[in-house]
Order: sequence, then C-alpha cells, then structure tokens
Amino acid sequence: MAAIRFSNVFKRYSSGQDALLGVNFEVASGEMCFLTGHSGAGKSTLLKLIMLMERPSRGQVWIGQQDLSLLHRAQIPFLRRQVGVVFQNHQLLFDRSVFDNVVLPLHITGYDPTDAARRVRAALDKVGLLARERHNPITLSTGEQQRVGIARAIVNKPRLLLADEPTGNLDPELSEDIMGLFEQFNQIGTTVLIASHDHSLINRMRHRVLTLRNGRLIAND
Amino acid sequence: MTKRPVQETAVPRRGAQQHRIDSVDRRRSWRRHHVMVARGALVRLRHTPVASAMTLAVLAIALALPGFLFTVLTNLQLLTSGWDTQPRIALYIQTELDDAAIDRFSRELLLRDDLTTVELIGRQKGLEEFRKYSAFADLLDQLDTNPLPAVIMVTPLTTDPVQLPVLKAELAAMAPVADAELDMEWVQRLQAALALAKRGSYVLGGLLALAVLLVVGNTVRMTIESRRDEILVSKLVGATDAWVRRPFLYSGFWFGLLGGALAWLLVQAALLLLSEPARALAHLYLNRFEPQGLGVADTLVMLAASVLLGLAGSWLAVARHLREIEPGEV
Repeated sequence: MAAIRFSNVFKRYSSGQDALLGVNFEVASGEMCFLTGHSGAGKSTLLKLIMLMERPSRGQVWIGQQDLSLLHRAQIPFLRRQVGVVFQNHQLLFDRSVFDNVVLPLHITGYDPTDAARRVRAALDKVGLLARERHNPITLSTGEQQRVGIARAIVNKPRLLLADEPTGNLDPELSEDIMGLFEQFNQIGTTVLIASHDHSLINRMRHRVLTLRNGRLIAND
Repeated sequence: MTKRPVQETAVPRRGAQQHRIDSVDRRRSWRRHHVMVARGALVRLRHTPVASAMTLAVLAIALALPGFLFTVLTNLQLLTSGWDTQPRIALYIQTELDDAAIDRFSRELLLRDDLTTVELIGRQKGLEEFRKYSAFADLLDQLDTNPLPAVIMVTPLTTDPVQLPVLKAELAAMAPVADAELDMEWVQRLQAALALAKRGSYVLGGLLALAVLLVVGNTVRMTIESRRDEILVSKLVGATDAWVRRPFLYSGFWFGLLGGALAWLLVQAALLLLSEPARALAHLYLNRFEPQGLGVADTLVMLAASVLLGLAGSWLAVARHLREIEPGEV
C-alpha cells in the first residue's frame, strides 16, 4: 500500500518553466526515503504537489487512497491535517511562544485544550525543547527553531511527514540529531519523505533515495 | 491503511494513535473557538488604542448623523401632526362694518354648502387672544382703538389644492371681506418638506452606511495584511477558510457594535442638548410637545444595523483578500 504515489506527473508553471517532467514513483506506507537533486531540480515542486500548494499540469498524485486531483478546494485543509511538514525556513510565528506555535495545528483541528497541551509538551519533549515552551522562537538558535518546526509537524501525529531541506542551515552534528528524530518517527509507523541535497548525510542513512534532475526522476534506489 | 487520508478518523497501521474527534467534540471546539476568537479580536482592538479609537470615532459619527437626523425629523413630524391640517380660509372683514353686519355676514356664509364650518372671531376676542399669546401685548395698551379686524374662519368642504385658491378668490371678492388668506397652507408645506427631508435622510443614511462599510473594510484589510504570516502558516497546517476568516469577522462585529453604541451616545447627547429649546419652541406654537429620544426599538435597530454593517464591511475585505493569501511561494 503506497502512502505517496506519483503517476506520470508533469508540472509547468505559468512562466513556462517545466518543473517536473513525467515523474513516477511510490513511497510505501511506513517507509522513510530521501528526495535529492540540485536546487531547481524540482524537489520543492514535488513536495508542494503533495501539500496541494500546487496542482500538477498533467498526471496524478495519490496520498494513500486519495487522488488529489479529485479534491475540492474546501477539502484541502483536511488533507493538510494528515500531512506534517517541516519547512526549510521553519515558518514559525514570532508573535507567540514556542508552545503557541506548536499548538496551532491542534487548535485548528479542534482539540480539547488540556489534551492539546499534553500533546504539545510531548512533542516538545521529543525534540528536546520542553524547557523552552514559553520562549519566543526568535530567541532560539537556528537548530532549535528547526526543532520547533519539527515539533509542530509531528504534534498532530500525522501519518505522513514531509521535510524540505530540514538540515539546510545546520552544522553536521545538529543535522545528525535532526535526522535521528525523523528516524524515530519513522520507527513508530510514520511515512517520512525528506528533500535534501546533503549527500554525505543521505548516504550514511541507508534509506531509499529518489534523485531528480531537471524535473525527471533519474534514480530510484 | 484502509481509509482515505482526508478522513480524520483514519487509523495508522501501527504506533502513533490518530486522535479521534467526534461531532460533539467538534461542536464544543467550534464554540470554544468562537468565544476565544471573539475575545481575541476585542483584545486586538485594545492593542492599538489610538487607531481603534479613531476608527470607532469615524464609525460613530457616520452612524450618528443619520440617526440624529432621523430622530429630529420624526420629532418634527410628531410636532406638526398635532396641528390641524384641514385647510382653512381666514376672511378679514372690513373694519368699517359694525358687529351686527359682521354677524349677519357670517350667518350668510353658514348657508353655503361648500363650507363645513364658519367661526367668527370678533374684534374684541381677537384682541384678547393677541394679548394672551403675543409678545407684543404691551404694544396694544399704547393704542386708543382696537386695530384688529374681525376674522371669520371658514373650513372649505374641499381639500383639493386646485379648487382651494378658487374658493379663496371667490370669498375674497365678497363685499364685506377685506382680505382672504388660505390658512394652514404652510403646515402642509412644512409636512411635505419634512417628508422630503426624511427621504433625504434615508439617502444620506445609505451613503454613510457605505462609508461605514468602507471604513470597516479598510481597517480589516490592514489587519489581514499585518497577520499575513499567521494566515499562511494556519492554512499550511490545515486551517479551513472559515477558521481563517473568523477573527476578522469578529473584528468587524466589534467595530460595528462599539461604533453603534458610541453613535447612540452621540445621538442621545445631542437630543438632550436640543430638548429644552425644542420644548420652548413647541410651546410658542400652542403645542404641548415632549421631544422623543431613541426608544428601545430605535436603539436596537441602530445597533443591529451597525453590527450588520461592521460584519458586511469585514466580510468584503475578507472575501477579497484572504483568497490572495495562499501558501504557494513558501
């Protein structure tokens, strides 16, 4: 059973630029794999298609049994609640505390506040930032901010976790830590797809690697 | 995995337990969110006290103007409706005629079937009334003789505005009559003018309602701009349009409610200032008149209208700008 399935997906932006050219692949449920390629190879576009931040020009994207092309605009939020995303630039809100950043998805889904608080603390504990819950994320280091972003992505216990260059701005040691976190989530059944161009790190991790070049999938092993 | 990912009840294959949210929870959390968002929107107004106060002042004035005008016109209509608007013709009798001749003439008039009432106000009676109600009463004491003519007030059967002047001319041409005046014409004119002014106040009210709409819309638009990041992130983690929209609609709601309440205070204060002179003026017109402020119904209508305008204004801004903020370029 595939968690993600791309079937002959093309994406051409309105500027005329081709981002993806006939991409086919599957990620099995509970699998962890990497998506790599030079910048501009189409990694971000591929993730955006999964998040429905973009729609494919041709072809189909499936998340579990859902054909995304059949999803109406009003249904998109409910898909996004199933997918945790760690963004390259964190996308944290600096007008509120770490706790309030992480609780946002639960808040949107409509969790009971007590239950939500418990889950937020569990997520922050997992990324080692429980002591910082009352801090403003702007006072944290880049690595810590990235971990707040991860806590927010997993607080909802999503079945699918996407990460776009999660170690982009981090030193090798921090990168290892972060990757370790993703592996832990994968071990409890979460499907993980990480876009990264950190080859040395990817090679050490021994997971399947999808390689994009100029919008085409050139390696899948 | 056997269930569709868009269903929140889907259960993962192993490990992490997906949270189940049933419809009771959902309704409870929906209410909780409404209360929280309403309070949050009010708190945000207080965060920018000067800007909020200025916006509210503009709203209050825009809402108070039509409210005030409407109330004043209603009062004027109330005042003048107490007056007899049956057109009457006053016949001023030649001063040379003695009382007996005048009396005879008034009896002749009574026989006419185009008049319904005939009332003779003798010279002496006229003098007494003048003394009683006029500020120039002292002046009369300076005179040796009564300068006032006898007056016969007649009520024509017709109220037709074309036939009335004809009748007036006919009566004026009679020998004992020095002059004839179609009386109470001005009351009708005043009432017509008031009706027109009231219509005008609706037009003004409409224009000012548009102004309220635009002011609220613009204020909410700026709030949306300032919270752009929050909207983007919320949408990325699965916020529905309704969820994102809610705080801004509550902002509009508060602007409407508070602006309406302020407008009510303004109108009441203005009416309080005017009530004493208005009473005095009414007294001059022999009228027992109690000026009316905004009643309970008027107040409710005013508040409801301002709340609706606030909501509509924010809805316009939200509908136009929230769609533009879509996570695409993240």
